[in-house]
Amino acid sequence: MNIATPPEKLTAKDFTTDQEVRWCPGCGDYAILKSVRSTLADIGVQPHNTVFVSGIGCAARFPYYMETYGFHTIHGRAPAIATGVKLANPDLDVWVVSGDGDALSIGGNHLLHVLRRNVDLQFLLFNNEIYGLTKGQYSPTSRPGTRSPSTPLGSVDNPVSAALFALGAGARFVGRSIDTQQKHMPTVLKRAHEHKGASFVEIFQNCIVYNDNVFGRFTGKEVAAENQINVEHGKPLVFGKDGNKGLRVKPGALELEIITIGENGVSIDDILEHDETNLTLANLLAAMEPPTFPVAIGVIYCNPGPTYVESVRQQKESTRTKRGSINDLLRSGHTWQNG
Amino acid sequence: MAVTAEHVEEDFPRQEIESAVIRFAGDSGDGMQLTGSQFTLATALQGNDLATFPDFPAEIRAPTGTTFGVSAFQINFGSKGIQTSGDILDVLIVMNPAALKVNINDLRPGGLLIADIGAFSSRNLTKAGYSENPLEGNSLEKFKVLEVDMSRLTKEAVKEHGLTSKEALRCKNMWSLGLIYWMYGRKREATVDWLKDKFKGKPEIAAANIAAINAGHAFGETAEMPAEVNPYTIPAAEIAPGLYRTVTGTEAAAWGLAAGSQLAGLEMVFCSYPITPASAVLHTLAGMDNYDVVTFQAEDEISAVCAAIGASYAGSLGVTSSSGPGVALKTEAIGLAISTELPLVILNSQRAGPSTGLPTKTEQSDLYQAVYGRNADSPLVVLSARSPSDCFDTAIEAVRLATKYMTPVILLTDGYLANASEPWLIPDFDDYEPFPAKFHADPEGFHPSLRDPETLGRIWAKPGTPELMHRIGGIEKSFDSGHISYDPENHQKMTDVRTAKINGVAADIPAQAVECGTESGKVAVVGWGSTYGPISRAVNNLIEDGHSVSHIHIRHIWPFPANMGDLLANFDQVLVPEMNTGQLITVLRSEFLVPAEGLNKVNGQPFKIFEIEDAVRERLER
Ligand SMILES: Cc1ncc(C[n+]2csc(CCOP(=O)(O)OP(=O)(O)O)c2C)c(N)n1
Ligand code: SF4
Ligand SMILES: [Mg+2]
Repeated sequence: MNIATPPEKLTAKDFTTDQEVRWCPGCGDYAILKSVRSTLADIGVQPHNTVFVSGIGCAARFPYYMETYGFHTIHGRAPAIATGVKLANPDLDVWVVSGDGDALSIGGNHLLHVLRRNVDLQFLLFNNEIYGLTKGQYSPTSRPGTRSPSTPLGSVDNPVSAALFALGAGARFVGRSIDTQQKHMPTVLKRAHEHKGASFVEIFQNCIVYNDNVFGRFTGKEVAAENQINVEHGKPLVFGKDGNKGLRVKPGALELEIITIGENGVSIDDILEHDETNLTLANLLAAMEPPTFPVAIGVIYCNPGPTYVESVRQQKESTRTKRGSINDLLRSGHTWQNG
Repeated sequence: MAVTAEHVEEDFPRQEIESAVIRFAGDSGDGMQLTGSQFTLATALQGNDLATFPDFPAEIRAPTGTTFGVSAFQINFGSKGIQTSGDILDVLIVMNPAALKVNINDLRPGGLLIADIGAFSSRNLTKAGYSENPLEGNSLEKFKVLEVDMSRLTKEAVKEHGLTSKEALRCKNMWSLGLIYWMYGRKREATVDWLKDKFKGKPEIAAANIAAINAGHAFGETAEMPAEVNPYTIPAAEIAPGLYRTVTGTEAAAWGLAAGSQLAGLEMVFCSYPITPASAVLHTLAGMDNYDVVTFQAEDEISAVCAAIGASYAGSLGVTSSSGPGVALKTEAIGLAISTELPLVILNSQRAGPSTGLPTKTEQSDLYQAVYGRNADSPLVVLSARSPSDCFDTAIEAVRLATKYMTPVILLTDGYLANASEPWLIPDFDDYEPFPAKFHADPEGFHPSLRDPETLGRIWAKPGTPELMHRIGGIEKSFDSGHISYDPENHQKMTDVRTAKINGVAADIPAQAVECGTESGKVAVVGWGSTYGPISRAVNNLIEDGHSVSHIHIRHIWPFPANMGDLLANFDQVLVPEMNTGQLITVLRSEFLVPAEGLNKVNGQPFKIFEIEDAVRERLER
């Protein structure tokens, strides 16, 4: 008897390797790993068609724990390697996993270019505002004043905002989430996966050993509601523990301000709706920081455009007249017969 | 093939000569490279053997009239096997005083200098650093000098085509070409066709250039020439019958890479970041729409090599190309390809260094970098091409070894090879044996560190293959499972395997042959890369004189062919000419304990035949 069984639905376990996970106990990376596994199972991706590419750092260990194809490469270069993977086989579903040092110091140039080229892949930046793997030096996203082995008196240089960098580089998808938000993160990851082109996702990740609670100012239980805003396309930009605060464009200025429903005659209609295709709004949202503003999470910007590898392939196909033979190639141009 | 000038009914006698070395020299804007390559084509079509040496400044538009803006193209052509672009000039054509100043020392006494006196204005003389006009003093006494106002004659010739004076002057290179065509009895058709095609959209420019060529040619036919200016004829060389073309090292390397990929049954992903003199390979491949080649201009050399590695990981052939400074940037990633055992071809068109050095001048000084220049024990295969056309076969060999042994291969060419051209008996590609790459697909007992017991090459399991999901990376891997391993014994084993794999290539390559001369004797002249021409000619000359000298030229630099040590031991003395301060020689001494001696120079110019002959003679007299 031949009973056709429907393909079994994959679970997070199917994306789990037999390798012992080597992050410090309590590291935010565990939660992200869990989220990614369950998201992939939910989406129903084919493990053999999925590739995780990473550079070097704690975050970059990620591929070893995913039962897919995985390439743990060198510090900062994962976007370049992933670009090569896509150039060779555009059908592969490619995810890049990177840390703040990997993506924004040594690999800043490659991140810039993978985003502006719009290579079709998901780029996950685990931002812990520190160099975890090398034992806690400050990173390009560390707040000024960060005390670390290399900055014992506190860092003095200005940090870069990952999301603003991505928007500036021309990313057409910028999302944000937080390691501990197991409900929220999959929604952003799914959107990132759906998006054709380079999808940049910044995930605030707690390094419990070298930078514990650095995001406490907006992730802490008591402050989260007041200091976070989950942005959703087409929905009013409201937040606050009573859900009565909102954002709007300050009259007469190119900036946002916080207003409260019920105060000064403000109603829900006065609150700005999120338009994820609006680059100016995306920049304003990405720049928000406590204590003045809540931190924006969710899909901040999504505005699809032509992707690099597809364009390259199409261009080649359109000019290709036939499959060339090497003999023809060698005989192209001027030749002459001797004897 | 009969050698005839264009007008068979020429009423003057042509003097028959065996070969000639001529150089066109002018301002970067004077079109000397185009002039030279057209002369090359016409000469090849005439059946002569030839070798060229384009030599141009690093600046794109150096200030006009200055000595550092001088661009030159040299060609040696003749009826007997031509091996080099020539030691010394028979004819020098200069388009301005600066070109005279820079090049006159290379003209042989009694040689012919042709100067465009129209460009010898006091302003140009000053710019070239002359306080008085050298054409007027007696400093050029030992040469024959033909002074022609090419600028004026060109303007007159193209008058009817309505060009601006500046545009008209730009045709003077074609005027000079016409004159030289007449002198050596070359045909103009190919250049005329080329001009028509190049200026398809601008017929008046094409017509003017053609008029300039014809005028230069007519000048030769009709003008009263000084007695010593003879028209020559150079009989066709005895070259093997078959279909020929001219080819530069750049073209041959690009085509060889594409050909190798086809033999391996792979698409090539070619990733590069522009750098002189390597960029032209990217340009050539980018234009090959009909071939299975994808090109990627990366944001830097690191990205280029990384994208190539990513492409190889995903089942294409990743290739990257650069010059020394760019290869330096790629070093860390090459280590990753060694560690993950992925195929990768790195083409290095060497140039003079260190640092930016002399970007447009040739040198062979990246051999250490190729063989030794990485952190840790990181062996790979190093090959070098000896001539422009040899870049084709060497590139194919690079692809073969990279895919068979799952290893990076560095292919060394140099600025001279990249730009120089030579006639090439076009091979029949059907004669090349395919070497199809194998992709692993069997899940039974699979792990990513499985290797071919014979070659020790790791399996190639590309993403997309069902049931073979696995992880690889730059951390040391277990020999038995491919998983991360920090076990010291395993590291010893993996290091040994990586070394043995590359050493094993020696058994898969031809034994080192002797190019000319006997298998043993007094002096072996051992070379690699573009010194092939001058060494070959020098050694042949010495053998003709009855000396015991042999020429050994190495393609496989790492690992060496298995017989290398024994072969070198057959000679009393080993001389290693190199355009560096002595790199191959160090490797030879260290591998084979031979008391080799070096002959070294780094002046941006290829070796002259006599330099090598002299060095050998000195040793023969010992
Ligand atoms: C070429 C190179 N330089 C330096 C290092 C050392 N290194 C490894 S990871 C790292 C920083 C990692 O920080 P981040 O990217 O933020 O990752 P995290 O460990 O915080 O997840 C550094 C400096 C390296 N591996 N390679
Ligand atoms: S050092 Fe920090 S980031 Fe790295 S594993 Fe430990 S907790 Fe996580
Ligand atoms: Mg970090």
